[in-house]
Amino acid sequence: MIPLVLRELRMAIRHPADTLSAVMFFVLVAALFPFGVGPSPELLARMAPGVLLAAALLAALLPLDRLFGAEAEDGSLDQLLLSGLHPASIAAAKALGHWITTGIPLVLATPLAAALLNLPTEAWGAAMLALGLASAILSVFGAAGAALTLGARRGGVLLPLLVLPLSIPAVIFGAAAIEAAANGLEARPYLLLEAAILAFAAPLAPLAAGAALRGE
Amino acid sequence: MEASLLQARELACWRAERLVFAGLSFEVSPGEALLLTGANGAGKSSLLRLLAGLIPAAEGALTWEGEDCFADRVAHGARLRYLGHQDALKPSMTAAENLEFFARLEGGEVAAALAALELSALADLPARVLSSGQKRRLALARLALSPKKLWLLDEPSVGLDTASVERLAPLFAAHRAAGGMLLAATHLPLPLPDARELRL
Repeated sequence: MIPLVLRELRMAIRHPADTLSAVMFFVLVAALFPFGVGPSPELLARMAPGVLLAAALLAALLPLDRLFGAEAEDGSLDQLLLSGLHPASIAAAKALGHWITTGIPLVLATPLAAALLNLPTEAWGAAMLALGLASAILSVFGAAGAALTLGARRGGVLLPLLVLPLSIPAVIFGAAAIEAAANGLEARPYLLLEAAILAFAAPLAPLAAGAALRGE
Repeated sequence: MEASLLQARELACWRAERLVFAGLSFEVSPGEALLLTGANGAGKSSLLRLLAGLIPAAEGALTWEGEDCFADRVAHGARLRYLGHQDALKPSMTAAENLEFFARLEGGEVAAALAALELSALADLPARVLSSGQKRRLALARLALSPKKLWLLDEPSVGLDTASVERLAPLFAAHRAAGGMLLAATHLPLPLPDARELRL
């Protein structure tokens, strides 16, 4: 499983376009909002938690439909399935690779987006944690969605429809954590609830993805 | 003659609402080579994918030393090498890195495998700059990585020049001498002495 994660990282470093486009998308959405809702600092700060979460999840969704598509097209997926790795560990490795190459860069770009949305600096730490957890949840559910829609003709449309509803709890608790931190309250309980969702999804979603990969 | 290791009984394959083949039975013993021939669309590639466990059989059984191959497809996959139409190479990684990835997953010597296909000089070039014949050779170099009992080759010599095809002879011979089995779908002559032919 580790060689597969390392290969994902190596390819992301050689071709940073996917990672960069997700980060650019995230920052640009955060930059567009103030133009839309007007330059009222209070209103922006009020909306910031939800906007950050929604923009980050949509950005993380961008490279997902190529997660297994690229492997299937060049024949690598066949080789991976025959390599003695369990299909679920292939899916888990791909999900982890997606989080490292998309989720972590989004977390690092969070302060920039938070500043554009006038989020109080006290809440930046909570925002980074909430986005890290939310993007990890999206990565594991997304791997399952990508495996299920592999080979479907409209896979790119189907994938968000499958994955985004599953990510709603992550948005709710993530935004609640950021809002609590912005109002000087404890963000910890909300972050723990978000972590609980990840703890639930991380072992189960790869199993579903593995079954989908194997069943063609 | 040794007892056959791989036995196919009454295999049938159903692809895209069409029966590709049915009632196919054969046996392969250690050291044996089986050439799959037949017209385009006769089901050679489907049969190889089915034998690899990549697609399900509509009917019939495939056994390995009497055990059902489809019961544990992960373990079945680990005892074979499959070479499909696609070369399964990542264009951004070098030739050596492409092989190294599979060597880390399944074991094997990268340098020796590259040398077996005379690719040592190209080891540090990214796969995207290789010619299609060189890419095919790199895909074939996976065969030489670590010994596996069963090789399933789909048109292994497509895009190869005559010298490269001849270079496969010692690779195939060593595999068979070590008790390996080989099934190849092909339209072109392959350096496989006394191979049996299975016409689809």
